[in-house]
Amino acid sequence: FLSFFSSTKTQNFCRNEYNLTGLCNRSSCPLANSQYATVREEKGRCYLYMKTIERAAFPRRLWERVLLSKNYEKALEEIDENLIYWPRFIRHKCKQRFTKITQYLIRIRKLTLKRQRKLVPLRRKIERRENRREEKALIAAQLDNAIEKELLERLKQDTYGDIYNFPIHAFDKALQQQEAESESESEREEEDDDDEGKREFVEAEDSELSDFEDMDKLETSSEEEQEEEEEVEKESSQSKSKGKRPLKGPARRKRPYIEIEYEEETEPGTKTKAA
Amino acid sequence: AGEGSAPGPEDGAGPPAPQRVLFPPTFSVSEIKNKQRRHFMFLRWKQQQRKEKLALKKKRRKEREALGDKAPPKAVPKTIENQRVYDETTVDPNDEEVAFDEATDEFAPYFNRQTVPKILITTSDRPRGRTVRFCEQLATVIPNSHVYYRRGLALKRIIPQCIARDFTDLIVINEDRKIPNGLVLSHLPDGPTAHFRMSSVRLRKEIKRKGKEPTEHVPEVILNNFTTRLGHSIGRMFAALFPHDPQFIGRQVATFHNQRDYIFFRFHRYIFKSEKKVGIQELGPRFTLKLRSLQKGTFDSKFGEYEWIHKRREMDTSRRKFHL
Repeated sequence: FLSFFSSTKTQNFCRNEYNLTGLCNRSSCPLANSQYATVREEKGRCYLYMKTIERAAFPRRLWERVLLSKNYEKALEEIDENLIYWPRFIRHKCKQRFTKITQYLIRIRKLTLKRQRKLVPLRRKIERRENRREEKALIAAQLDNAIEKELLERLKQDTYGDIYNFPIHAFDKALQQQEAESESESEREEEDDDDEGKREFVEAEDSELSDFEDMDKLETSSEEEQEEEEEVEKESSQSKSKGKRPLKGPARRKRPYIEIEYEEETEPGTKTKAA
Repeated sequence: AGEGSAPGPEDGAGPPAPQRVLFPPTFSVSEIKNKQRRHFMFLRWKQQQRKEKLALKKKRRKEREALGDKAPPKAVPKTIENQRVYDETTVDPNDEEVAFDEATDEFAPYFNRQTVPKILITTSDRPRGRTVRFCEQLATVIPNSHVYYRRGLALKRIIPQCIARDFTDLIVINEDRKIPNGLVLSHLPDGPTAHFRMSSVRLRKEIKRKGKEPTEHVPEVILNNFTTRLGHSIGRMFAALFPHDPQFIGRQVATFHNQRDYIFFRFHRYIFKSEKKVGIQELGPRFTLKLRSLQKGTFDSKFGEYEWIHKRREMDTSRRKFHL
């Protein structure tokens, strides 16, 4: 009877399908006992299997099967009435087994109602391939460059409006044309208007204008044109260098107006005047 | 037969003994039985090949310089992007049909500024620490988004509730073994559902040289390289997550960059140093997505109508064919 025997470190088990307790003992071996009973379930219904000595000669009819009712208490009564006059051990163990079976059937039914987690097997080769491809795609993407390019594109296309102080294109155009032309002057003056709206240079503009007003009072009118031109060009050069030295702009202007304002063009002349 | 005699005359003043040896014409390195000697001969052969290649390059360069202006233009190296199999569903910017489709599809109300996006972020059951933190960070990145934990509720049942509460999009982050690995993005009032595989998720603390936390300003959105029809619709899905009017004061930008069917998500803060230079600093999480399927209606795995599924055997056959 050891053909169904399997053992672990702590216990010995019987693998016979008709075994009542699952352990390999003399009392719970279906082969060793001529009168034996088990409860087994098939497709969610429980059956009571019985083996009696009268049918020992007919192996095909050896195990008699009785369907148990779905009602738990009624099924227990059925077990009792079928196994009347049977040893206590077998009756008790049958009822215990039946209880366990009904419990796990209930659990199965509850779980199938909930969402089951679908396990999708990973394929190692495919995982590796995809990881490799992802790395290569990342390298090919050059994300930082792409993002920077896109942002600069947007800046060029004026999506940011007036927030940033880099009005590039107009200034490039202005630089290309001759400075003496009226067109370029008008462009620059328009730019100056834009500049006046911007944060950084508002006070400088005011101080400059005020400076020039003061200077106007001091000097003759013939120099006013010169001053205007210089002012305009000063501003244009200022705005050109805005991107590079934004901080120096106001700082420069706060210095005494004697020196800096006219550095570009008529330096010798103005210096003598200032002095 | 040429390999034996060719290296001889080209060798200049190389190291004396090995270089002057000529291989007999019918010699092949693989025929030596002794492994050490074979290895040695192979290395020598390799060195000779490299020398030849270098000499060839130099010669070509000299020729180019000698020709000056008349030199033929440099050959463009082949890349996978260059060699990409032309996809007939590539969107032409002037295509009227596409424009018409986009005017009438499910995202039209968003693009016409009739709806403001409101997003629900949730996970699969029992999210573990990493997923939870990732959800939180994602919620800070996407404005007007809320994280709700799903304690065993069926998706099919929460969708009508979401629609009732005016959510426009639903993001479900699927988790496996304590890391997020899938993303389901569903546009709610009966919109398309996209299922992605998510990989290389980096939380904020794992990103090097990151900046401070993303602020509440609405970020800009950059969508790169979405060329085909499918890519276009996915791109619009992503765009519909963010409010239409970015706040430029915040100087934040969220990027979805598609490269070879992998969509890389990055979140940066930019600053214009000058008109030709911009500096970007990465803040916020990053992850990559790969599209697995696109469904027409809302999330329904059994009865949904699939617009596109990634079929490995059919679609992964060519290295140069991409679908997005």
